[in-house]
Amino acid sequence: MNLSNHIPILIIAIPLLAAFLVPLIGRINKKATGILTTFALSVSLILTIVLAVKILTVGPQVYVFGATSPSLTLPSGLKFPIRIMFQIDAMGIFMGLITAVVSFLGAIYSLPFIKKYDGVDKYYSLLLLLTVGMFGMEFTGDIFNFFVFLEIASIASVALISFRGVDYGEPAEAGFKYMVVSSISALMVLFAVGIFYGQYDILNFAAIASVIKYSQLDKIALGLLIPVLAMKAGAVPMHMWTPDAYSEAPAPITMILVAASQASLYALFRVVFSLYNISLNTLTVGWIIIIFGLLSMFIGVTMAIVQKDIKRLMAYHAVSQTGYMLLGVGVGLAVLANPVALQKYGITAMEGGIFHIMNHAMYKGLLFLTAGALFFRTGTRDLNKMGGLAHYMKYTTIFFIIGAAAIAGLPPFNGFASKLLIYESVYRFNPLLSIIAMVVSILTLASFVKVFHSAFLGPKLPQFKEVKEVPSSMVFAMAVLSCIIIFFGLFPDLIVKNLVHPAVMSLIEQLQYTGTALGGM
Amino acid sequence: MLGLLETGSGFWSAIIWIVLVLVIGSIVIYIRNKGEDSYKKNTEQDKPFISGNPEESKEGSHLSASHIYWGFTEALKGYYNPLVKMHTGNINDYSSWIIVITVIILIMVGVSG
Repeated sequence: MNLSNHIPILIIAIPLLAAFLVPLIGRINKKATGILTTFALSVSLILTIVLAVKILTVGPQVYVFGATSPSLTLPSGLKFPIRIMFQIDAMGIFMGLITAVVSFLGAIYSLPFIKKYDGVDKYYSLLLLLTVGMFGMEFTGDIFNFFVFLEIASIASVALISFRGVDYGEPAEAGFKYMVVSSISALMVLFAVGIFYGQYDILNFAAIASVIKYSQLDKIALGLLIPVLAMKAGAVPMHMWTPDAYSEAPAPITMILVAASQASLYALFRVVFSLYNISLNTLTVGWIIIIFGLLSMFIGVTMAIVQKDIKRLMAYHAVSQTGYMLLGVGVGLAVLANPVALQKYGITAMEGGIFHIMNHAMYKGLLFLTAGALFFRTGTRDLNKMGGLAHYMKYTTIFFIIGAAAIAGLPPFNGFASKLLIYESVYRFNPLLSIIAMVVSILTLASFVKVFHSAFLGPKLPQFKEVKEVPSSMVFAMAVLSCIIIFFGLFPDLIVKNLVHPAVMSLIEQLQYTGTALGGM
Repeated sequence: MLGLLETGSGFWSAIIWIVLVLVIGSIVIYIRNKGEDSYKKNTEQDKPFISGNPEESKEGSHLSASHIYWGFTEALKGYYNPLVKMHTGNINDYSSWIIVITVIILIMVGVSG
């Protein structure tokens, strides 16, 4: 048996197995639960990197469940795949890499962060299940299977958001709210799945894409999928769950939740590009996504400015940054049916949007971890009660500066590179959109100057005289993210050329996507 | 060249940017280090000028988050009041927004052909 053929399933199976082992191990040794989780996620990370190299050098990979060979998509002369299948192309593995990195670093950061709470074994078990759900959403080539993984991720997220709910009311309330909105989205996704299955008798993404007629029913399915996936991504005006959920979840979980939201964003892009592509009215749907982007960018950042809770402020910024991704990819979709415009600026706009997904996962993850570090030491998220913490937490201060500069789009950090791609390409589509995006960046900088001033600057406050730097594993997680941010900022061309551009092309080229699953049909 | 990102309209290189910042920064530091002839250390010149008011203690002068950008939000009250009101924290409203947006998108996608 060639084990390398089974890497796609191993990436998911290892954390899944660990998720069920953790509570058992926890009965013997509580400390071992964190170590087992970190180990399982480190193996997943390594396997994801190996798979990424394979996909980027050889091409998209499929993994058919229960087939005699994992690559046998059409056994016994079947016209369409009937088995559940993972279909991982450059876009899927791009998202997989994000998931692998943030979940691994989230587990490391959690080791000291979560130690004082009860139910640590359940925490790690849920963290692993959340990771499994995210990987599944990104790797699956089956729309019903996508729904299942969406549910796994959502249920794990609800429990993790409410994790501190035993002691406080707010986390339980935030978890409940997330549960309600997730249930609505899951029902709508399931309804759309039913529409596809009822019409075409198939559930495979590529197979549906090859026969889709853009009938009235397909339009209804699209009209259900766009808003709920945008909502799960945190797009305005359906973003209101994000400040609740992101602020109440433990900091490492918030970092992973950002990546989980991006998995929904990925699903939205997968639906409009790989499933419908030019069969839909690209200009209309492109503009719908652009408007979501504009609203998210502007309302997100302006709401952030007035926040006093550091994590709520950052949550609104997460909404705002999602706007950039929607804007960049929305412009790409709007000109998808126009080859000249697509080549001129559409692909670059999409590269900016997709690159921003990875950049955002890194710097927003880092910022949430710094907020977690402040909470870990001061016991408050209220910016009004903080001050002078740079005197005591020097590493955290440096990491915060790196994250804040990156999110504000200051050179030479990674946020600048992806935003520049968006500004310059979107300007050629509609200058006003680009100008709004730049204004939002300035407001983002202003907002983080406020956080920096109120939390880190100022004289030493007597109530924080006992405060010291966070434990080394928390510093390590933040340091790794900082290094990634700096590396991506210094060498953005390497990332765009080797990861982002193939991801964008895998979205645009629908025939390649369907051909991978249907054997070149 | 490594680090050179083509943007479609031009290029971006963080390495070149850093070199430029270092060169310009060195010039600025050089000029600053030449000093100001009229400056006298440990005199009134070292104190902050606050229109003759007494200087507050360091602990008392730290501006908390609520006060930062007060003028900005006050000037944009007309924008902020309805926006903040919209964020009710009520799950019924969250659900309503999803339904409303879904209906709008269904109509847009349905009529757009």
